Amino acid sequence: MNLRSFFLKANNAPEKSGMRFGRHIVCKGCGRQLSVARLRREYFVCPACGRYITVRARRRILMLTDRRSFVEHDRDLISRNILAFPHYDEKLETARANSRENEAVVCGTAAVDGHPVCIFAMDANFMMGSMGTVVGEKITRLFEYATERHLPVIGVTVSGGARMQEGMFSLLQMSKVSAAVKRHSDGGNLYIVLLTDPTTGGVDASFAMLGDITLAEPGARVGFAGPRVIEKSLNQALPKDFQRAEQVQRCGFIDAIVPRREQRECIAKLIGWHTE
Amino acid sequence: MADYDIVTAARREGRLTASDYIAKLTPDFMELHGDRLCGDDAAVIGGIGTIGKIPVTLIALEKGKTTEERIRHNFGSAHPEGYRKALRLMQQAEKFRRPVVCLVDTAGAFCGVDAEEHGQGRAIADNLAKMSTLRTPILSVILGEGGSGGALALCHSDRIWMMEDAYLSVVSPESCANILWKDTARANEAAEALALTAPKLRRLQLIDRICKAGDPKALAADITAELTELRKMTFTELLETRYRKFRTAGY
Repeated sequence: MNLRSFFLKANNAPEKSGMRFGRHIVCKGCGRQLSVARLRREYFVCPACGRYITVRARRRILMLTDRRSFVEHDRDLISRNILAFPHYDEKLETARANSRENEAVVCGTAAVDGHPVCIFAMDANFMMGSMGTVVGEKITRLFEYATERHLPVIGVTVSGGARMQEGMFSLLQMSKVSAAVKRHSDGGNLYIVLLTDPTTGGVDASFAMLGDITLAEPGARVGFAGPRVIEKSLNQALPKDFQRAEQVQRCGFIDAIVPRREQRECIAKLIGWHTE
Repeated sequence: MADYDIVTAARREGRLTASDYIAKLTPDFMELHGDRLCGDDAAVIGGIGTIGKIPVTLIALEKGKTTEERIRHNFGSAHPEGYRKALRLMQQAEKFRRPVVCLVDTAGAFCGVDAEEHGQGRAIADNLAKMSTLRTPILSVILGEGGSGGALALCHSDRIWMMEDAYLSVVSPESCANILWKDTARANEAAEALALTAPKLRRLQLIDRICKAGDPKALAADITAELTELRKMTFTELLETRYRKFRTAGY
């Protein structure tokens, strides 16, 4: 580990699979220092080792939608510590500072090749994209908005699962969002999911698995239970590609694995086929 | 009694399991097997029986009592095949306008390689989505353990009831303590913070009723009365009320 990344770690500075430093990011795969400008051209895939560097929710939306078309919804919804859970307030504050977001999901409307869409992207830098009531509420509102207007929804998922600090309130978000997705679906509307690394737990067991079309990034971990939990409870070593998108696809749960630089085009094509 | 003691008591062997309740709730239960896709998961018992003259579809997470039984029922932890069997029977109930009663007692959905490869996440998600528009009343009762997504997959219901000595939680107190404080010994603190007991959840309006433990007769009477009320609603009313029930969770 070089001094710079050590220093950054001590500062708790994020960007999960790549340490950010000013206008540079250190790839966690090969340790190379890469300029943000260069990475932007490369869709945040390390040009040296091919590693997918974690992308913030906002950048994700920019990468998938028409320039300047994004209009954010419900940015001001902020989590409260409903159960007075110990240290949750501090955690939220740190998460807000680390991610420069108010919550673990960014929602809104945008255009893809000129077609209006609703889009949400989760942010791994905010408490590992965990789903609390605000995440559930924002995504539910987006689906309801889309249902009313017959708009497709594009969802980019990354999450460790339900947010423990909100107890049963967070678990019930799975039910709440799933019901909204069902209404959207029953209205004949399109929902495209893009699974990114990692999509697990309560998010995997709800709206991440309810798309009409399910796409995934190469190598993304997708699964319900964490691999360590399984290893521990079964006392068995896991297959090497266990819960990786490629293997999950072989099991029958992913339509296509799409490299980052092709995602926008792929989604645009899908949207085009589903709009008059 | 501390909250954590309620959790450990809910896990204790020797408690009434779902099949005990089924035997007391219905005089004529008939079990129906299989998910019609690839398996029959014994962690989920499904079938038809009458409760107070109303034929209902019963779906239960069963832990088993003897060691042999417990192994056969996988200690009440269902594989995707179990959730798919549950969904199949719920859709059959919908076709014949039969109410659905779910009895929940599980530490959680099974965590294993095959469960993952067969789509545990998808199976649970599918239940949540499809139960949300199932055109027949659904009533769920947490008998003992209500462990996370594995319990939730049978709780997208018009009414959620809990035994007074049951718990319902997003995560087990041990895992919670381990993840947050790297110390499973602090499970009692976690249990307290998670608000997982019936009285706490009732106060938060996340469950609808607290039932007296170990009294299947009273439970049968309550279920009959509730189903009779729910059956008076039109489907549109029923589904709209169900949607609002979850829509307002936390907001």
